Amino acid sequence: MIHSLFLINSAGDIFLEKHWKSVISRSVCDYFFEAQEKASTPENVPPVISTPHHYLINIYRDKIFFVSVIQTEVPPLFVIEFLHRVAEMFQDYFGECSEASIKDNVVIVYELLEEMLDNGFPLATESNILKELIKPPTVLRSVVNTITGSTNVGETLPTGQLSTVPWRRTGVKYTNNEAYFDVVEEIDAIIDKSGTTVIAEIQGVIDACVKLSGMPDLTLSFVNPRLMDDLSFHPCVRFKRWEAERVLSFIPPDGNFRLVSYHVNAQNLVAIPVYVKQNISFFESGFSGRLDITVEPKQTMGKTVEGVVVTVHMPKVVLSANLTPTQGTYNYDPVTKVLAWDIGKLNQQKPPNLKGSLSLQSGAPKPEENPSLNIDLKIQQLAISGLKVNRLDMFGEKYKPFKGVKYLTKAGKFQVRT
Amino acid sequence: MTPMQRLLQLPVNAVGMVKATQGEEEARSPVLTADGLQQACYSTVRPKEAREQEEQEEQCSPEERSSSAQAQPLRHDDLKEMLDSNKDSLKLEAMKRIVAMIARGKNASDLFPAVVKNVACKNIEVKKLVYVYLVRYAEEQQDLALLSISTFQRGLKDPNQLIRASALRVLSSIRVTIIVPIMMLAIREAASDMSPYVRKTAAHAIPKLYSLDPDQKDQLIEVIEKLLADKTTLVAGSVVMAFEEVCPERIDLIHKNYRKLCNLLIDVEEWGQVVIINMLTRYARTQFLNPNANESLLEEGTEKAFYGSDEDEGKEEKVEAAALVAKRKPYVMDPDHRLLLRNTKPLLQSRNAAVVMAVAQLYFHLAPKAEVGVIAKALVRLMRSHSEVQYVVLQNVATMSIKRRGMFEPYLKSFYIRSTDPTQIKVLKLEVLTNLANETNISTILREFQTYIKSMDKDFVAATIQAIGRCATSIGEVRDTCLNGLVQLLSNRDELVVAESVVVIKKLLQMQPERHSDIIKHMAKLTDNIQVPMARASILWLIGEYCEHIPKIAPDVLRKMAKSFTNEEDIVKLQVLNLAAKLYLTNSKQTKLLTQYVLNLAKYDQNYDIRDRARFIRQLIVPTDKSGALSKYAKKLFLALKPAPVLESPFKDRDHFQLGSLSHLLNAKAGGYQELPDWPEVAPDPSVRNVEVPEWTKCSSREKRKEKKVEKPFYSDSEGESGPTESADSDSDTGSGTGSGSEESGSESGSEESEGESESDKEEEEEKHKRKSKSRAKKSTQESEGSEPSSEDERKKPPKGKGPKAASDSESEEEEEEEESSSESSESESEGESESDTDTRMKQKTCASKPPPRQPKKETEMSLLDLDDFEPTPSPQVTPVNNFVSSSLVTDLEGLSLSDSALSPAAVSPASGPVKSYELLHRITGEGLSVSYCFSRQPFSHDPHMVSVQMQFTNNGDTEARNLRIQEPKLQSGMRIAEFPEIDVLPPGETVTMVMGIDFSDSTQAANFQLCTHTRKFFLTIQPPVGELMMPVFMTENEFKKEQGQLTGMNEITEKLTLGETCQGDAAIVQRVTSTASLSRVPCGSEMECRFAGKTVTSGSLVLVTIVTREQLVAQLTVNCEKMLIGTMLVKDILQALSQ
Repeated sequence: MIHSLFLINSAGDIFLEKHWKSVISRSVCDYFFEAQEKASTPENVPPVISTPHHYLINIYRDKIFFVSVIQTEVPPLFVIEFLHRVAEMFQDYFGECSEASIKDNVVIVYELLEEMLDNGFPLATESNILKELIKPPTVLRSVVNTITGSTNVGETLPTGQLSTVPWRRTGVKYTNNEAYFDVVEEIDAIIDKSGTTVIAEIQGVIDACVKLSGMPDLTLSFVNPRLMDDLSFHPCVRFKRWEAERVLSFIPPDGNFRLVSYHVNAQNLVAIPVYVKQNISFFESGFSGRLDITVEPKQTMGKTVEGVVVTVHMPKVVLSANLTPTQGTYNYDPVTKVLAWDIGKLNQQKPPNLKGSLSLQSGAPKPEENPSLNIDLKIQQLAISGLKVNRLDMFGEKYKPFKGVKYLTKAGKFQVRT
Repeated sequence: MTPMQRLLQLPVNAVGMVKATQGEEEARSPVLTADGLQQACYSTVRPKEAREQEEQEEQCSPEERSSSAQAQPLRHDDLKEMLDSNKDSLKLEAMKRIVAMIARGKNASDLFPAVVKNVACKNIEVKKLVYVYLVRYAEEQQDLALLSISTFQRGLKDPNQLIRASALRVLSSIRVTIIVPIMMLAIREAASDMSPYVRKTAAHAIPKLYSLDPDQKDQLIEVIEKLLADKTTLVAGSVVMAFEEVCPERIDLIHKNYRKLCNLLIDVEEWGQVVIINMLTRYARTQFLNPNANESLLEEGTEKAFYGSDEDEGKEEKVEAAALVAKRKPYVMDPDHRLLLRNTKPLLQSRNAAVVMAVAQLYFHLAPKAEVGVIAKALVRLMRSHSEVQYVVLQNVATMSIKRRGMFEPYLKSFYIRSTDPTQIKVLKLEVLTNLANETNISTILREFQTYIKSMDKDFVAATIQAIGRCATSIGEVRDTCLNGLVQLLSNRDELVVAESVVVIKKLLQMQPERHSDIIKHMAKLTDNIQVPMARASILWLIGEYCEHIPKIAPDVLRKMAKSFTNEEDIVKLQVLNLAAKLYLTNSKQTKLLTQYVLNLAKYDQNYDIRDRARFIRQLIVPTDKSGALSKYAKKLFLALKPAPVLESPFKDRDHFQLGSLSHLLNAKAGGYQELPDWPEVAPDPSVRNVEVPEWTKCSSREKRKEKKVEKPFYSDSEGESGPTESADSDSDTGSGTGSGSEESGSESGSEESEGESESDKEEEEEKHKRKSKSRAKKSTQESEGSEPSSEDERKKPPKGKGPKAASDSESEEEEEEEESSSESSESESEGESESDTDTRMKQKTCASKPPPRQPKKETEMSLLDLDDFEPTPSPQVTPVNNFVSSSLVTDLEGLSLSDSALSPAAVSPASGPVKSYELLHRITGEGLSVSYCFSRQPFSHDPHMVSVQMQFTNNGDTEARNLRIQEPKLQSGMRIAEFPEIDVLPPGETVTMVMGIDFSDSTQAANFQLCTHTRKFFLTIQPPVGELMMPVFMTENEFKKEQGQLTGMNEITEKLTLGETCQGDAAIVQRVTSTASLSRVPCGSEMECRFAGKTVTSGSLVLVTIVTREQLVAQLTVNCEKMLIGTMLVKDILQALSQ
């Protein structure tokens, strides 16, 4: 299946290669570079590139291209999903998935890749199993290892590999037993020029950070589980219990993991937390334009809207912007043509406003369309769909864990057309 | 996109390219130097000795970049020294640095001898890194690599399974042909290793060896066959992978493992699931019949009805069934086919996109049309994922949406495009939107398109214009609107937009030129304004082509063009020549001179193409004495009818590739792609999938039991099980195979039928097939495969149902047929002795006589079931069912079944308890109409998840009640009602019984609805006692204990009780319990214990009840149920029943 993997940075350097079968020359990446040149942005590089003898399947993540070489038929999603898992594993091990951190830990990376694939077929992708095989680097451990000569590599087969709960390590011990759940909902919306909602959806995830000793069996129940329409589960969730009772029952993995992601039933109308009044116009004469944006809180359920950022990708002809915000700061980057207005908290009484003129490249025709606004926002302690966790129960262990649930609403792909 | 457009886009891309390179340069600068690179590499690994080393290294790095062998010896000597030292830490250090070199793609092959020495190192990390090195370089240095082999051979015998496995991994990864026999041996041994992890590694090693030496194929297939039979989930995925790489054509190896694979699937790790599902898709295509074969004719017409939404499945099924009846060729889904569909469905909710896609393609290729819809939601969900995932999913959705448009229609808006999407995603979304466009949604889609046209991303705008063109061709109603819109776009400033519009308009006009001469006129006028050469050229071509539609304007355009000819671009000039030539041929009178003029101008043009063309045209059209025979055909040459271009999706017909595959994505066969076979005309013998069971006499029931059990640990419900390694299926074999097996065969003779019955309890609908002698014969051959002589006899008796895995969903078709046949027989009123006649007779007259005494049990049970079957028929003259008869029969039977309960494994027919009747509408409030209902405890035939409620309508008034029907059910979410067919007339004094189904979704919430007559409406409420929310399940004692073991903790409720005076003895307890709840008794060895089992109707969660009598009147009641609420309520009800 997966033959080789090349990691390529945005400058086009191959900084890591790994082969699971016989070695494939890195010149195969030239086909990738060719495709990369054709594409206007890294996102536009086709994920699957066909070359005379191989197929290149690549993902772009954290400014790194993960390019895998395939020789025979394989479901592309299989490879793509695996590559993302690899990236997530790096993130998990090194705190970030970046060129620097991969280079710093190149040996661990290599050991990881060796364990994750055997002959191109995934062998162990559960983070808990891998962490038992290869311990994540910490400052302390590397010091201790150099002194004592002990290793980062586990000597026995992780028990998870053979058990029916491969995602959990055995013998986990904590002094403080804690379980935290973050209910994070994102609003994806397209708002029309006139302010009407073209499409609005809520996508949610429940991320968990569980640090509990032993083999706890958790049950998470909701006040209104029917809100969740389409779910995908971490393998630990018992599907049948959900089908039958709408409770999430699971033996959690150790540490951070995504418990479920869900989609909120579209029939319930989505509350749009902000209202954006905008007027952007360009004039034929004088090579100038006008911009006037006001952001008002709308349906916020009594919470404050924070971290509001309005981003506008201006047309190429816009040279500079001379604006005055009533609140926050703005920045126009003339190279990328991105106007970012960082508002911060939304003021209920005095809605923030950004107003002023844009100067255009002289001689160029005025842009025909207005750029759309991308809104970013956060609302703490609120799940916009109204989803509420009812209770969390633990079975199978004696101690009393500390339990916490946090709600957060964010803007996902929230776009206002102008 | 036409080549011409591409040409036009070039400048745009070029700009992008320039920008991109600039960006790269900027990004590059900080990390460009080699020093920076290395520093980063080594920062973690930094003992003091290494420092100096590193400095040296940095110095020689420029040479090293060119990786010349001579530049390195100095440094490598050092590494060698470290490797030779006695200190593990130094060795480790050296190995780490070597691995880092490998990672950067540098040559470290000259270190091979030094490294390979350390293969036996005690330090496990050193060892691992040595393995990494070996695998990388062994192929290049085969002789030296052989030195390490003995270490691995020793490792293969190590007591530590991890070491065994990694030894095998490395051994098999060393690509040295000499050791093939050793590898073969090692794989063989590992395949029978105790540890499943080692067996998994063996499975991985198989393709490695195969690629090294294909001659080993036959031996490897043996190993694969062996591993395929492995029962652990850990091995399953890997061995199927090996199967796919080594011998995908040996489909026969799968037969025996098919059911096991289906049942294990849910517990296999994600990657294995993908491989197994893909393989099973192919397998199913060779083994089962096309479920949609009969519908192909109806495809177009009913498509929409089929996919209206996911919810109204019932309706869909009816439509489908009707279609089938019309065709008179019923399709019965193979139970194994159903098993596959059912077991893959929950995987749609996997977090792994590849698994979801695999299930989606399986449903697309294998499921009956009506069921494919479920995948849409999951696929739409994947679109939230990373853009690469989106890209692949959209490609597949694009293909699917051509064939099954209705499936995605409800999700239309999810395909709307955001300005931040990458262009390739935008274009794919556009494709899907275009495929989904139809008369109803076209206006919304066009409105969206209007926004897109204004986008800054010009490639995307071009694609949008093309999409509009395609909508216009496929939907006649909007063709004019689209055309007008496109014409407006002609005044756009962007040349790309204009060019694209002109091209699309050109294509559209080519379809019906005569209707659109005004647009051609309009475009002709545009020549004055449009400056984009490409657009001008296209317009000129149009005018030339359709000059007969605009006879007046065309010459004028030519006149204008002749005037500006010298200033035009080359492509325009060529088209001017073209236009001139065509006009000359059609309207030479007016244009002769003009043409001559243009040709003369062209003759002296700077461009040789144009000069050439001019010369050529002149020779062709202007008759001169020298011109040859060709000029005669000039008209034919120029004015030939050009075929209209077909605007269709590039994704059309891509579905002959297995969806989700690489080949599908590339639209070309990738190496190693396995064709998706066509459905067979006649299904191959299904019995090949039966697994031989030595002890078991009855294969069918065993299989079923096994299946049931394995189904239990669905989505890892199984962690309660003790065995950590053998997860799901091991118990099913040992448990039911041996323990209950002997018991079963002991009671065999006596319980032949009852076992059949018990199966029916589980698989609700099976009894329906009693009279289908044809299918019966087939089925029983299939069942009797278990090599049992008595199966001959069985065949003469009514069969016990169809195949073991008959699934509820395939019912509808069968039902329909069933109804048909039963009504036929009732019409004819034949007096034959067949059972079916007995049923019909019973149905027709209120006071049916008891069935003949011989085999009383079976007879009644049948008739009861058939009554139920018959009731929901939509025919208005349903005869009243006699409750008394049936219930009295049941009570008669009950004695029977109770007396031998200790022996017979299953004794309770579904309608065992005396049926309690409730009043729904009193005759006073109902103004003469009274309604009572009871829970008949029969499976509701249309939907197994519904509780069937038998309603008895009596008209006590003196006027007839008409049009009795249900309206406006007010239900809690999750609840559903299947209404009974409307009763047209209910004459005074008459009584009619109807059956309706209610899905209470396992809650005791009341179902509220209105009952309407032709004059009045009554608000009615049905609230089920908790005991009616379940149906009996047959179980053996062992199974019961195992299930009970899994439902402990909070799922178990225990209560002490004192038995009531009248409630003593086994029989009384059983009677009380079964009348309280629809449960069946589980045989039990002990006198003091009574066990009952059932499952909830909607979700199928098990309900287990145990009553242990302690002393005279003291007993203990235990209820195990996953649904705690139901459990608690049930405890309460049973307590009450028993203590009375």
